[in-house]
Amino acid sequence: MTQIELRGVQKFFGAVQVIKDLNLQIDDNEFIVLLGQSGCGKTTTLRAIAGLETIDGGDVLIDGKPVQHLKAADRDIAMVFQSFSLYPHMSVYENIAFPLRAMRKSRAEIDGEVRSVAKVLQITDLLGKKPSALSGGDMQRVAIGRALVRRPKAMLMDEPIGALDAKLREEMRAEIKRLHIKQGSTTIYVTHDQIEAMSLADRIVIMHEGVLQQVGSPSEVYTHPANLFVAQFVGSPVMNVANAAVTMNGSGARVTVDGAAEGFVFPAELVGQLDAANVGQDRLALGIRPEGVMVSREPADGYLPVEAHIIEPLGSYDIVDLKVGTQMLRARTRSGFVGKPGVQVFARLDPAQAHFFDTASGNSLGVRL
Amino acid sequence: MAAVTTSAERSLNKLAIVGVLIVTIIFLAPIYWIASTAFKPRNLATTIPPTVVFQPEISPFVKLFTKRSQLRTAPTPEQYAAAPWWERLVFDGGEKVVRSGRGEVQWSGYPSRFMNSLIVAITSTILAVGMGTFTAYGFSRFKIKGEQDLLFFILSTRMLPPVVVAIPMFLMYRVVGLNDTHWGLIILYTAFNLSFSVWLMKGFMDEIPKEYEEAALVDGYTRMEAFFKIVLPEAATGIAATAVFCFITAWNEYAFALIMTNRRAQTAPPFIPSQVGSGLPDWTVIAAGTFLFLLPVAIFTFLLRNHLLRGMSFGAIRK
Repeated sequence: MTQIELRGVQKFFGAVQVIKDLNLQIDDNEFIVLLGQSGCGKTTTLRAIAGLETIDGGDVLIDGKPVQHLKAADRDIAMVFQSFSLYPHMSVYENIAFPLRAMRKSRAEIDGEVRSVAKVLQITDLLGKKPSALSGGDMQRVAIGRALVRRPKAMLMDEPIGALDAKLREEMRAEIKRLHIKQGSTTIYVTHDQIEAMSLADRIVIMHEGVLQQVGSPSEVYTHPANLFVAQFVGSPVMNVANAAVTMNGSGARVTVDGAAEGFVFPAELVGQLDAANVGQDRLALGIRPEGVMVSREPADGYLPVEAHIIEPLGSYDIVDLKVGTQMLRARTRSGFVGKPGVQVFARLDPAQAHFFDTASGNSLGVRL
Repeated sequence: MAAVTTSAERSLNKLAIVGVLIVTIIFLAPIYWIASTAFKPRNLATTIPPTVVFQPEISPFVKLFTKRSQLRTAPTPEQYAAAPWWERLVFDGGEKVVRSGRGEVQWSGYPSRFMNSLIVAITSTILAVGMGTFTAYGFSRFKIKGEQDLLFFILSTRMLPPVVVAIPMFLMYRVVGLNDTHWGLIILYTAFNLSFSVWLMKGFMDEIPKEYEEAALVDGYTRMEAFFKIVLPEAATGIAATAVFCFITAWNEYAFALIMTNRRAQTAPPFIPSQVGSGLPDWTVIAAGTFLFLLPVAIFTFLLRNHLLRGMSFGAIRK
């Protein structure tokens, strides 16, 4: 049973504040992914939990006890580094046995535990090799083995598969997930890859410039991003964001993207919800993911004529850039749905997938339709 | 993968091999000269042109290790017959071996000077490399106020020829009683080598990724344990290279050894040219002393050659 809590953590590198008042509660057995661009403070946060970095304010609690003054060795936490950091002068066996030797365990105990971990990770036949003789994926398995072997309170992983090539990365992602389900230890995983984050996490923690942006399950952060940063960081292809004006037109609302002649049809509740948010029209931005942009080849009710601009065929689907006013809206269509660039098609926005943001603060207005 | 080599590349390769051979010959020629002279009869040592083909003998080494004096009269046939084989070699050279009242052969000063060289060079190398490794680790891993200035200061001790400070050092040593002591030379050589050792080791330490130690720290070790279990084995190449250089510097040092020592703690370099030969300089004996003196450095370097040649490529860190 391991809970980790960060309370008001602050960290400065010189004059630069890299972690700003970070509060986070991590539950037992939870798989947490810290997601953000490089330099957002996610790795520093992880290192602060590990004890490799001191903090300048706040508390790091493990199972309710403050540990910020404890050395890394006394926190009983294991870490997998992006570089794997296998000790090159030791065999795979010795690498995995290394943390056990620090615990002064007997030779027989060490041997038993090394072999059982090796079996779980399917690296038994590699035990006699030196790290330099291993492939990237095997190095990573050994690094995970070294972290797992002493059954730490928590596992920290700093971009553990960032150094692998794309295919292997996908394989190892699945393996890490399988291992987590099997071993079930509290895990904090750092990555800048939102696909990795989405596929692995119980909860994703999104950071930007040292500030926590949103914490939530992968589907929460995807469907209800808390602000513009999260909206555009999570999801690929990126969410469309455009300044927009909302007007009432008869029984429904109209959302007009900057420079467009006509507005998209929205339910009337939108106006009420926006009034409640109390944001001026000049600060309003519409966000919609490409799959929220419906495209039709024929004119239909509620669809506006638009021009297809660029088509990116991605195999299982196409991304089509639609010119709406002065803006481009990216739509996701069946592959080959729009024949060629320059043709006229018709588009509609799915109100349930639309987001509205205050451009001044960047925050979501919490509109749900 | 078998790359296709063009004929131009092949002739370039041959040219490179010829170049390497020429350089090797230039470097090895003096060593060959010393080694061959060490086994020459005295009368062939200074011939012009040099004698290349000769019957090697070991009389220079016998003479090197014994105390001798000029013969005024040739030994009688009985004396000659009674003498052991090695003593006859000395008689043949027109000298006799000095014996004590009780007839014991008197050793020359060479063996004890050689021992002194070993003691001083080994001890100062261990001290310089050990202190240098710790210091370099500190500079490499921790934020130290004025790090650049301190490193520059350490290096600045090498910015003047050491011999410039020989006279003040000599006077200081006389006052504190370090003249003609092993510790006197050890301290001096350690001080010379320390700046070099710190700088060289810092380069090697910077090459060792921090993550290794961080992994060890997270794995439950203290920083000291991580240093000894992870950093030192990783730095072995650097330590070996630094040790070879420090050892060579201490082993070959001449000027301070000449000034600071005369008997008890004198090392081989000032001894070899000053002592051997009881009349005119006997170049074969000097060559024999020099030849033996070259061996420890050659052996030490040979033993550490793998460490010296092995690159710093580790392969276990993905960059």
